[in-house]
Amino acid sequence: MALDPISAAARLEMIFDAGTMREMNAGLVAGDPIAFPGYAEKIAAQREKTGMSEALLSAEGCIEGMKAVVCVLDSGFFMGSMGTAVGEKVTLAVEYAQEKRLPLIIFSASGGARMQEGILSLMQMAKTSAAVERFQQAGGLFISVLTHPTTGGVAASFAALGDIMLAEPDALIGFAGPRVIEQTIGQKLPDGFQRSEFQMAHGFVDQIVAREDMKRVLAQLLRLHGYHQNGGLCG
Amino acid sequence: MIRTILEEIAAAEAALATAKEEEKEALCERLSRLYDSCREFTPEQKVLLSRLAKRPKIGQILPALFTDFFEQRGDRQCREDASILCGIAMFDGRPVTVIGHRKGSTIEENIACNFGMPGPEGYRKALRAMQQAEKFGRPIITFIDTPGAYPGMEAEERGQGEAIARNLAKMSALRVPVVAIVTGEGSSGGALAIGVADRIYMLENAYYSVVTPEGCASILWKDAKKRGEACAALKLTAQDLLKLGVIDGIIPEALGGAQRDAQALYQRLHDVIAGALSELDGLAPQELTEQRYRRYRAI
Repeated sequence: MALDPISAAARLEMIFDAGTMREMNAGLVAGDPIAFPGYAEKIAAQREKTGMSEALLSAEGCIEGMKAVVCVLDSGFFMGSMGTAVGEKVTLAVEYAQEKRLPLIIFSASGGARMQEGILSLMQMAKTSAAVERFQQAGGLFISVLTHPTTGGVAASFAALGDIMLAEPDALIGFAGPRVIEQTIGQKLPDGFQRSEFQMAHGFVDQIVAREDMKRVLAQLLRLHGYHQNGGLCG
Repeated sequence: MIRTILEEIAAAEAALATAKEEEKEALCERLSRLYDSCREFTPEQKVLLSRLAKRPKIGQILPALFTDFFEQRGDRQCREDASILCGIAMFDGRPVTVIGHRKGSTIEENIACNFGMPGPEGYRKALRAMQQAEKFGRPIITFIDTPGAYPGMEAEERGQGEAIARNLAKMSALRVPVVAIVTGEGSSGGALAIGVADRIYMLENAYYSVVTPEGCASILWKDAKKRGEACAALKLTAQDLLKLGVIDGIIPEALGGAQRDAQALYQRLHDVIAGALSELDGLAPQELTEQRYRRYRAI
């Protein structure tokens, strides 16, 4: 069984040391760039339901005393889908991490690109991937954490590009959704198909990490990349 | 619907060629009305037109625009994926790397190339060809025409998402010019995975979308038959994308679609590619990658 979904705010609280978090670009929201029927109402309802303004929170803070930039997609907001606001927030976070020479951690949970922003959503895949590539070429550490579910355009862009790839247990991770695959091949998929353990067995994930161990493992990785030295420490 | 209009035009043109003098005026009027209906294709009609079997595909475009084509096969890891065509060729006397989705014009051809739906091996082959182009300083020309990346079990097992993502990241930093042209269907990440470019053009009746219109309709309205509404809502035509600032230009097609005058299409494609390369040739690699980054950064 995949773990219960967790809100982006709760995730940030679990990962950062108490009182060290500063949210970034909180006010950044998308418009209705292609005037998609029903989109404005739908997004208003999502905001009402969740109290969030978009499907992603980004913040800087400290993990066991080491500074880091962390983004978290929230599957409770519009399926964690990526439109222009999510793409922009990811890109700004990557660029900020590069400028400040901080490690970057992104927790993904997404149904994919947001259809209601059309081609502009598709282009966020290119934009975020380009930003990650620049960051990595400049020597930045990107840890991608795949949580349930990570599919579609998010699974096929920044989420797949971590220097280190982690996953929560039994998360659904894949490009095509299981229903689409079943319709295409005309048969049921085997148990465990596209789950974290499957992705690790096929070479796409370094380790599966339990939720309660996540902060400890992230801190270990930051130390292994030297972020406990050379000005990487908090205050 | 599209086929019917085109068949009517063909029939009327044939009739006109052999018509008696007194019938000609009525036939001309009829043709004029039919042509007019081609001038104002709806988004859904454009989508259908983009999928026509007779529409010029990479198999016809390639020999018309390039010479000396040398095909490069295989991802050097496990397999050859025929749904993407890669190779080196001459364009106006200079070597370029050509990459394109391969769709067939017949059922047999389409089965052989999986209807233009690549697996990860296709994208990895394309990346291999692109990185080689970078090594040897060749510009890259890509032709996009796919209903999407293949949603199959093996494709997922071998990392469809990873392969697409890797291409997006690596294409964004290629130190040689990249020109992409959407010739038919530009559907989803499977299209974008060979589409991160310095100049992007679309044929007049091509479409480029985050999702197939049928997929959109069945997800949002639980009814794949609402394709027409999805086509309109997604803003997926070349005219829409130009307005949204995603593409640089529209390549006109013959009245009624590119298949009606392929030679004219090849000439226009040639001129657009030559124009784009002459603009990009002057840029240093660093400027090129910086401009490409800014292009996507601004969306």
